[in-house]
Amino acid sequence: MNAPASVQQVSGASAPLPSPHLGRAFAAMLQRDLTLAYLHRGEIANPLVFFLIVITMVPLGVSPEPEVLAGLAPGIIWVVALLATLLSLDSLFRSDFEDGSLEQLLISPQPLYLMVLAKVLVHWMVTGLPLTLVAPLLGIMLSLPGAGYLPLVFSLLLGTAALSLIGAIGAALTVALRKGGLLLSLIIMPLYSPVLIFGTSAVRGAIEGSPIGAQMAVLGALLAVAIVLSPLASAGALRISING
Amino acid sequence: MNSPDLELKQLCCERDERVLFRHFDMRLFPGDIVQIGGPNGCGKTTLLRILTTVSQDYRGEIFWRGAPLSRNRLDYLNHLIYLSHLPSVKKALSPRDNLRWFSGMSSGHRQLPLEEALACVGLFGYEDVPCYTLSAGQLRRVALARLYLTPARIWILDEPFTAIDKQGVARLEQLLTEHAAGGGAVILTTHQPLALARVRYINLEDFQPEGWELDAEAEVAG
Repeated sequence: MNAPASVQQVSGASAPLPSPHLGRAFAAMLQRDLTLAYLHRGEIANPLVFFLIVITMVPLGVSPEPEVLAGLAPGIIWVVALLATLLSLDSLFRSDFEDGSLEQLLISPQPLYLMVLAKVLVHWMVTGLPLTLVAPLLGIMLSLPGAGYLPLVFSLLLGTAALSLIGAIGAALTVALRKGGLLLSLIIMPLYSPVLIFGTSAVRGAIEGSPIGAQMAVLGALLAVAIVLSPLASAGALRISING
Repeated sequence: MNSPDLELKQLCCERDERVLFRHFDMRLFPGDIVQIGGPNGCGKTTLLRILTTVSQDYRGEIFWRGAPLSRNRLDYLNHLIYLSHLPSVKKALSPRDNLRWFSGMSSGHRQLPLEEALACVGLFGYEDVPCYTLSAGQLRRVALARLYLTPARIWILDEPFTAIDKQGVARLEQLLTEHAAGGGAVILTTHQPLALARVRYINLEDFQPEGWELDAEAEVAG
């Protein structure tokens, strides 16, 4: 065994430690979760595949008539995007809880708010963002009228980010429960409905030719509120979950 | 320099309507190595979780450098490293990636390059393999490598010797001695006797209430 290099300990009671660097911790968290997401890309693809399958089934199950589909398209795409996000939420903090990393996160001298924000950001990058990017393709399959594409992408961009953030609260509350999946859905669903309502009405409004500035503004406001409050609430919920 | 780093006063913890320990007093000075012992289920891990501020389920007071812990928690966490009984290692990642995350999260500078820390725990050549290919002992060693990287003064270790071979145990004991000699402090739980000179042994069983006290405590609590 090689001798340990001299481990210099800070001696003296008043020796200050360099204060923690926020940006570095945020980057470390982001990098770790993105690497993990890449290594588990099979699991990550699950919500996306679910999204694709449901949308391709709709013309088969409902009606292949373009007029019928065009009316349904905004609602169906939005509902399925919401369900796909919900499906992937349970795993947000689960593996960290099971292998003890969550405890390490709680006692790191970094604000838990930022660490949760980093985790949610990664969650959105691997679920909400891909969903948003494939949505126009699915719009074609559901014969979405031309005026609806841009609003669909922008409303999903704002909306899925809000969904990930809001969902994190539920995931944090239920992380310590053995079978928290159903409870998670029950907690989160009511909070999701405003996002769904304004998201679909933006796309529908654009198709009908009415101005959609108001709906987009509400979606943006929901996202802004979620960015500020949801990591706080999630951090509190995590502390409670771990405490038990 | 005779003030304790960490001071516990009349700590009392109850879990599932059972008193695990009560009237627990302890003072941790720089250079101390404290071994917490006792049978399984007597609350060792619970005590450590309270000391790391993960769990808030206790009565009594904890002081860090003379001030209540609730008031200077951040400063305390800056000086703390906690290895739980779970390795806290992501199995899909390599030891290097795991350590990089830990050192990014904790404050302060690295004492050593990551590779050297891994070499110190005998994982030379395993830096970039995924952790799921490592044995249980090697996984534990990945977690232990953090001790070579941290500038933290207070080390709280829950069963650090689990799955570690004889040589590894000797190395870890040496590391603990060096840490204590440098003015740090260690609190650890383990069931195996330590070959260290200055270990203070605390049996947590001594702080368990007797049968009749248990009833009285339950009445007070109820």
